[in-house]
Amino acid sequence: MDFSFVVVQALSGLASASSLFVIASGLTLVFGVTRIVNFAHGSFYMLGAYIAVTVVPWLLEIDRSPWLFFVGVLVSAVAVGILGVVMEVLLLRRIYKVPELFQLLATFGVVLMVQDAVLKIWGPVDITGPRAPGLRHGVEILGQRFPAYELFLIFVGPAVLGLLWLLMHRTRFGILIRAATRDREMVGALGVNQALLFTGTLFLGAFLAGLGGALQIPRVSASAQMDLSIITEVFVVTVIGGMGSVTGAFLAAVLIGQLQAFGVLVFPKITLVLVFLLMAAVLVVKPWGLLGKPEAAAGRAALPEGILNPARFAAVEKGLLALSVTALLALPFFGSAYTMKVATEVLVFALAAFSLNFLVGNGGIVSFGHAAYFGLGAYAAGLLVVKAGVPMEPALVAAPVVAGLFAALFGFFVVRLSGIYLAMLTLAFAQIAYAVCFQWVEFTGGDNGVVGVWPSAWAASRHVYFYVVAVLVVAAILALRHVVYAPFGATLRAARDSEQRADAIGVDVRVHRWLGFTLAGAAAGLAGGLYAFSKGSIDPTMLGIPMSVDFLAMILLGGIQTVMGAVVGAAAFHAIKDVFMPLTDFWRFFLGASIIALVLIFPRGLGGAYAALRRQPGVVRA
Amino acid sequence: MTLLSAEGLNKSFGGVVAARDVSFALTAGEMLAIIGPNGAGKSTTFNMVGGQLRPDSGRVTLAGQDITGMPPREVCRLGVGRTFQVAQTFLSMTVVGNVQMALIAHAGRTRDVVADAERLFRAEALALLDRVGMADAADRPIGELAYGDVKRVELAIALAAAPRLLLMDEPTAGMAPRERASLMRLTAGIAREEGIGVLFTEHDMDAVFAHADRILVLVRGEIIAAGAPEEVRANEQVQRVYLGTTGVKAALRARRAHG
Repeated sequence: MDFSFVVVQALSGLASASSLFVIASGLTLVFGVTRIVNFAHGSFYMLGAYIAVTVVPWLLEIDRSPWLFFVGVLVSAVAVGILGVVMEVLLLRRIYKVPELFQLLATFGVVLMVQDAVLKIWGPVDITGPRAPGLRHGVEILGQRFPAYELFLIFVGPAVLGLLWLLMHRTRFGILIRAATRDREMVGALGVNQALLFTGTLFLGAFLAGLGGALQIPRVSASAQMDLSIITEVFVVTVIGGMGSVTGAFLAAVLIGQLQAFGVLVFPKITLVLVFLLMAAVLVVKPWGLLGKPEAAAGRAALPEGILNPARFAAVEKGLLALSVTALLALPFFGSAYTMKVATEVLVFALAAFSLNFLVGNGGIVSFGHAAYFGLGAYAAGLLVVKAGVPMEPALVAAPVVAGLFAALFGFFVVRLSGIYLAMLTLAFAQIAYAVCFQWVEFTGGDNGVVGVWPSAWAASRHVYFYVVAVLVVAAILALRHVVYAPFGATLRAARDSEQRADAIGVDVRVHRWLGFTLAGAAAGLAGGLYAFSKGSIDPTMLGIPMSVDFLAMILLGGIQTVMGAVVGAAAFHAIKDVFMPLTDFWRFFLGASIIALVLIFPRGLGGAYAALRRQPGVVRA
Repeated sequence: MTLLSAEGLNKSFGGVVAARDVSFALTAGEMLAIIGPNGAGKSTTFNMVGGQLRPDSGRVTLAGQDITGMPPREVCRLGVGRTFQVAQTFLSMTVVGNVQMALIAHAGRTRDVVADAERLFRAEALALLDRVGMADAADRPIGELAYGDVKRVELAIALAAAPRLLLMDEPTAGMAPRERASLMRLTAGIAREEGIGVLFTEHDMDAVFAHADRILVLVRGEIIAAGAPEEVRANEQVQRVYLGTTGVKAALRARRAHG
């Protein structure tokens, strides 16, 4: 590798670091002040790009001057900033006090809505942007050609960092942002107009995301997938740098830019994995990132958001359970093949959602990447059947084992963290698994996955396979439910309520959380294996973020405070999806809006509503 | 017999020395109070004994065994119960559930996935609650209790580990005066009956002088006086830097009131 090549590679690393930093700085500022991790930040970035590919060519029609190009970029960024204000006023303002899981889901609801809105406005075809006048040539560096625009981008990052520094140290607004990042309550107590401060911060954050997107148009075309791909990278940058720290984000962006620039030479296929491994390594050594500070402990004890005293089945519930199991078993006698397919999927998702609520509701471990274990179970079963010729039965044993092993491996790092950092790390691991399945084409079939994952001959009919799924899923759910009531489940709740107290009575909190994470991962893996055989194929969407969010939406709809809510939520969610999805082109928009509505007006879910109904006077308690 | 001994504990945070050469010993059944103004290093000393902080140098031994720098859960398993300045309980559970949880942990059954946690050690937990006078509230959610009652339950939780030593960080902080006196009487009674050593920090001079067998006075990380309550009260340096004249009167009053 000669020297000039290394220099050019480093420069291109710096250029992407610069772009990454501009976007990440916005996310980290917003988090610092509002304590909300804004999933929609990636959508702001995408909107910035789309608005720029619309506005900039129109301006360049008037005059092909470099100045008008940058005016267009700034106009786009300001427009996105205004959208940020709209989001703050309409949504964020209402969820500053709700648990972080709900905040994450609500902002993800916005992501879904924006995706469909973008498709509606700009259509499904990628749009290529104009190149910047005056910066279209290449510059000779040590005998290698290097694009002038990339060179320009290298300076944008430090310039934004400098401007942000001036803003934060020389203006009242900036000083308030820093103060709020340190101690939000104290800023409130000093009589600062918080509403204005938060709105202003959202404008700044969205502006930076929009700027990042608009600056990208000469390099990448605007596409409807750019929101989720950038948001995971930006999450990684902010988490490595320390949430809330702008300088940290800069350092992390440079680190990641270089890692990607040189990693691609050594491991061309797994650059994404390298990035996430760096994140995992940093978090193990510095749990709050390079320059982050530990989150200040809450002053008073608050009831956890999750399963409180788990209710037992009274006579009514036992009746309901018997009735639903009977109905399940009777279903194949009058259900059509299509009904059986839907019913099988409902059962599979019920187990996946139940295992997720075992973590979230019972253990207070907010996993944002539970689909990883579901998908790994599916891939384990599918690949064994298709590539190794193993029959269904052993493959269904392997699914939970493999998923459990990966949950144990990832969980080892995950349980070292808490709160939002934990959620981000679970997301990161899920993205690693996704990236491997997506990129390792020879082994996993890449984007298309693998087909031909069929059950053994005796279980080949939909009706028989339904019974296989029903028996395994009901048994697994009842077993997990039993664990909730057993000392192990109680210990997880205890550690969630007060880690300090659990430690003082002799509980090794990390080990218990790790075991719980592994158990939930294995259960999700079984669900994934069953799903693979019901679909007859495997593909990377089974491990994607949208799948994880589906699971979260299920437990939210069912009510994370109840033990059995996840099952009801999975059934309701899948039924709604199955009925509405074929009817509308805007399914994601509808789903996003529903998630937001759930968080805002129905946070206890169906299970919570049932529990409230059972407590009503006049209703007989058995 | 010496139950707990701290030898030459040092701890500094950055340039601030929080504890300098702190040494003391505690025998079984003895109540030892650590007092001192805010920032004197009481909690630091306390946390070095309880395992929340590792001393820069020095040694902590429990009944002859070196426990320096052990994590709290291991310190607990060696027979050390602990209460916190701000009560730490399992808010989602009932009163008796909290004590059962401590008993489950003490029995090493936290990984049990078969038994029914609600039935496990219920009788034992009720007996412990009875000792702290909270048996009547056994099945109420702990979040519903008044703070003074929560502190009593916390004592029962600490006792569930059958401790040889109780560490109580400001046991009466945030409580009404009458509740304070009764909690301290209860603690002292249990400690004497069972021969449990109690190390506590406290700001309430009534509680300290009424119940402590010996008192350590910490100022700026250093022990400036140690001894029986009378000696400490009479110590001029202590009076000057800490108690003040009203404090001395309070101490006298407390001694008289509790005989």
